[in-house]
Amino acid sequence: MRRGHIRLAAGGSMLLLLAATACGGSSSGGASSGGSSAPGVTATTVTIGSTQPLTGPAAPGYSEISQASDAYFKYINENGGINGRTITYKYLDDGYDPTKTVAQTKKLITQDKVFAIFNALGTPTHEKVIEFLNQQKVPDLFVASGCQCWDDVSAHPETFGWQPDYVIEGKILGEYVKKNFAGKKIAYFYQDDDFGKDGVKGLDMEIPKSQVVARESYQTSNPDIASQVQKFQSAKADVIVSFSIPAFTALLKLNALKVKYDPTLAVSNVGSDPLTLSGLLEAFAKQGGSTVKGSDLIQGVITDGYIASPADPTNSWIKLFQTIHDKYIPKLPFDGNVLYGMAAGYTFAQALAAAGANPTRDSLVKAVEAGLDQGPGLVPFRFSTSSHAGFTGVQIGVIKGTAVKLTGSPATTDDGNGPITAFDGTQPEAPANGIPTSG
Amino acid sequence: MPAILERSTLLRHTLFALVGIGVLLLLIHNLGDYRNSQLAPIAYTVCAAAGLTMLVGQSGQISLGHGAFMAVGAYTFALLQAKWTSSHPNVQLVGLLAAGVVVAAVFGAVVGVAAARLRGPYLAGATLALALGLPSLASYEKLSDHLGGSTGLNVTSPNPPTGVNAYRWQSIICCVSAVLVLWFLSNLSRSRVGRSFRAVRDDEVAAALCGLSVARVQVLAFVVSAGCAGLAGGLLAIINLTAGPGAFPLSLSLSLLAAIVFGGLGSMAGAAYGSVLVVMLNLSWAQTLTDKLSIHSAKVANNMPLMIYGVVLAVAMLAAPYGVQGALHRLRMLATGTRKS
Repeated sequence: MRRGHIRLAAGGSMLLLLAATACGGSSSGGASSGGSSAPGVTATTVTIGSTQPLTGPAAPGYSEISQASDAYFKYINENGGINGRTITYKYLDDGYDPTKTVAQTKKLITQDKVFAIFNALGTPTHEKVIEFLNQQKVPDLFVASGCQCWDDVSAHPETFGWQPDYVIEGKILGEYVKKNFAGKKIAYFYQDDDFGKDGVKGLDMEIPKSQVVARESYQTSNPDIASQVQKFQSAKADVIVSFSIPAFTALLKLNALKVKYDPTLAVSNVGSDPLTLSGLLEAFAKQGGSTVKGSDLIQGVITDGYIASPADPTNSWIKLFQTIHDKYIPKLPFDGNVLYGMAAGYTFAQALAAAGANPTRDSLVKAVEAGLDQGPGLVPFRFSTSSHAGFTGVQIGVIKGTAVKLTGSPATTDDGNGPITAFDGTQPEAPANGIPTSG
Repeated sequence: MPAILERSTLLRHTLFALVGIGVLLLLIHNLGDYRNSQLAPIAYTVCAAAGLTMLVGQSGQISLGHGAFMAVGAYTFALLQAKWTSSHPNVQLVGLLAAGVVVAAVFGAVVGVAAARLRGPYLAGATLALALGLPSLASYEKLSDHLGGSTGLNVTSPNPPTGVNAYRWQSIICCVSAVLVLWFLSNLSRSRVGRSFRAVRDDEVAAALCGLSVARVQVLAFVVSAGCAGLAGGLLAIINLTAGPGAFPLSLSLSLLAAIVFGGLGSMAGAAYGSVLVVMLNLSWAQTLTDKLSIHSAKVANNMPLMIYGVVLAVAMLAAPYGVQGALHRLRMLATGTRKS
């Protein structure tokens, strides 16, 4: 047997030294590239980064978002960029796993030296890095999540939301359910984190508690939700309001189908993209050894939206995004996720344009606080020096065919006890060249 | 080497450790933020791998579940940090890490009692179940409110002293911990306890005839090893700003095992080589490789490290059964012309 020849401490430290330098390469010095005023900005480029669920439970559907944003940036780059700079978009996979988000975010900031984090996806994931980003003073724009927690100007001056927060969404969805299902039994299904809990908070502001017969949550790491569905069924819920990611919306539907239970579903925007859902339903059913027609199962599902719907091909924004989609990412479906990614990309381009000819991290944040035009949105943003919240409302819609058909008019409200009011402003037309200008 | 160092193992190891800390501090000072953000995970992995190599290489017991002990350390750190506010951040840090070590060691004792009754594949199976089962407790309905479910618990990173940047401070904390663990384990290995580990490993009956309590020695090995993993878990929580089940997948436990086999079973230096390999594969090399091969698939990139561990283990078994450390040892023997005894 080998004797314990253990020159450990020295051997170990030598070894660490070796590894760190061997794999080291160039980037050990602190000096940043000369000339430019901000990290990630050169005379001709701006580099931004993001963490995205390219794999894992949230990947179906959401993995399209970053590709769509990237496609929109490529379109901008081929048409002259913003203030003469092209946008380089680096998005890394965190698998929707909060424990991976921190390492990937550190990599973006220390290795790729990004100017800003853009549209990082997920409530539980991004909550892990928000303190870190603000501590490092990195602009954290347009988080791809509707958590209320992004809007805290004093604690998180660098962080901005984008989509309507889940409380607003819960209130508007809740008001619709209350009006249209008076006296019916209602159940809540929600993700067991701030995404689901914020949504439920909004629902509870509108739907009388006496009407709610069951409240069940799920963990993203556990796809077995049979017991939750069984509780809904034994409580005889007529309507299930669901704040879930697409995979769990599909699991909810399939589990209900299995026990011959057919409640009306009202699903928050993030969990209701029709093409994503029908694909998931068919894939899950196949795993379980049966076949279903996905799109048939989701007709009539109630949901909401806050950007123009692909069901409206005459809309100038839809036309613009369809053209970009067909040129850069033709293999992806033209669905709500792609629209989301492009619309968020447009908002970023607006902010970058407004940040001036020589953008700095500070001027970027100030540009958003000065307020941004609603662009492809159906309702205005709330951005100001006292609010970092995104869109201020949603419009109810119903899944019809392969898209969400919006009904009525958009509604706006706040996170508190404010009333829900119909929004009568009109959506601006898309700029002719599809690129926002400063001003 | 001066005679006094030849005679006193403790003195020699302490000197090595001090030199090691000095070299590492110099290194940390000269590395950029990005390299420091890789060095820290390497260093905490060294803590866990060194403990595991003690268990596997010296006491002759297998554990496929060391990720679970790391989880215990991380959750202990996170739970106590939320409860304990202190005006002395450094005292708090040491206290929290120590608490993680103690709680993980207690878990190790419990598992060790079971392990002392199991042999070979049965022990492997039991510890494998631990690696799979323990982290998923966090998502168990009745515990998820306390343990944060699949999102995990938040951890705040200790504020660095003024003038030290956050990345360097994290590296310093992790590297000092790693050197302390290596110092402790190498002294232990040269002590009566270490000799009893090896005696039990080589022949249980002979060990028992010499008056050693085989079961007690085996449990002790688990306690020590789990304690080291607990420290690694606490450090991981600081670096990742979170204690969540996603940080402790089965692949973590397997990668620790890959690290020590690659480095050379039972060798502390080997645990360090192996940790560099597995951490760098995970954080960077696998991605570089998939990029070089023009495979633009996150799924392939995510699974690449596991695939490479497999290849590395197979190659190591065939070409260098005693790992890197064994190969180096053989080279030295060849170079100096001495024959291996």
